[in-house]
Amino acid sequence: MTPTQNAERALRRSAFFMGLGLLLVAAVYVRALRFTPLEATQGPAQKIFYLHVPSAWVAFLAFGLVGVCSALYLFLKDVRLDRAAASLAEVGVVFTTVVLVTGPIWAKPIWGAWWTWDARLTSTLFLWFIYFGYLVLRSAVQEPGRRARYSAVLGILGSLLVPFIHVSVLLFRTLHPKAVVLNPSGPTLPGSMLATLLFALAVFTVFFFSLVAHRYAQATLAEARDAAREEADDAR
Amino acid sequence: MPSAFRVAWTIASKDLLLEFRSRTAFLSSLIFTALVLAIFNFARDPTAVSTVDIAPGILWITFSFAGLLGLNRAFALERENRALDGLLLAPASRTGLYLGKALANLVFVGTVEAIALPLFAIFFNMPLLPVLGPLVVVIALATIGFVAVGTLMSAMAVNTRFAELMLPVLMLPFLMPPITGAVQVTSKLFGGRPFSEVVAWLKLLTGYDIVFIVLCILVFEYTLDE
Repeated sequence: MTPTQNAERALRRSAFFMGLGLLLVAAVYVRALRFTPLEATQGPAQKIFYLHVPSAWVAFLAFGLVGVCSALYLFLKDVRLDRAAASLAEVGVVFTTVVLVTGPIWAKPIWGAWWTWDARLTSTLFLWFIYFGYLVLRSAVQEPGRRARYSAVLGILGSLLVPFIHVSVLLFRTLHPKAVVLNPSGPTLPGSMLATLLFALAVFTVFFFSLVAHRYAQATLAEARDAAREEADDAR
Repeated sequence: MPSAFRVAWTIASKDLLLEFRSRTAFLSSLIFTALVLAIFNFARDPTAVSTVDIAPGILWITFSFAGLLGLNRAFALERENRALDGLLLAPASRTGLYLGKALANLVFVGTVEAIALPLFAIFFNMPLLPVLGPLVVVIALATIGFVAVGTLMSAMAVNTRFAELMLPVLMLPFLMPPITGAVQVTSKLFGGRPFSEVVAWLKLLTGYDIVFIVLCILVFEYTLDE
């Protein structure tokens, strides 16, 4: 089988898992909206929790893995690692966007403000900036080898920057007691809500990896086709 | 092969000599800094916000913009006549090349800061002399971290499309911890707060410098085309 056919098969496979992932996501909402009790004080606003928290989890997972793939790429110089890092970053930015959009929608009725400079919010926002920059950098470098090296360097630096930003904001808060410290350590979740959350976390992880696999397969296919075209040109 | 530090010294003195002879980048950075300081004075309502509250932020925003301008210069210089290829062919360590570029940038940005600081004190009527010692330490800590990451980023940005735009996009997130720390320490110094309040920030700045200097030295060679 030619590399192109291989890649096409991988693409069909990942599309199937992506469809499955979407169905499961729908199941999460059915469970969250229909079969999970309303939160006593927040009411229906709390439902966004089952979208927000799993998205945040996969977003941070994505960028942790970008860092790992980047570091490994510089050692092994395997083009697959670069492709994986790019796919992870792209899907990660999408989920970070979901987090940054759903957060304010919940925060307005509950906190009374769309945005606050809490450590988690700030870290997530900067995560988005860093990896948006990562994608911009990838699009601004033509040569594949150089693009892979540059983005690996940025991927490694970026994953180490996020903890520094988090600590900066924590210090910023503790030194300014007048600021409203948002304490997210609320009451522990009742069983049915916890079950929904865990279900959502698992589903989002599966969905996330199916999206990454799909982007990865697309990138592989694009490269295989380019290579085949070049070969055909040479043969002519 | 000459040691990394000798290579660094040679490259830094070459860059600084070039800069000293033309002075274009230096003078424009300086004028830019003075302009930003002057414009910032009118970017606030003096009856609503007192100078002491806003001055540390102004100082650090000015420094980082001026620094960003200076950083583009380091590797843009080597693009002409493919001078970087010559440097790479020389039997010199990549670490030396990085340290040399970073050192030249540090001197460049440091000199701009050294001239801008008194200007800032005059423009905003800030009592500079009583806090000068600790303030210089903070400026050094923040600038070192900024230059360490910035030198690496500019080595990459110069080879991309829209290089001038790419550097700030890549660089500004990395400025968040040093600027936060530097502004906090600066305002506490001017506010006459006790030293114990700034210790945590100084630790953060030092930690940032150590982590990113080591990391940048390790990954710098991957930003070069062999």
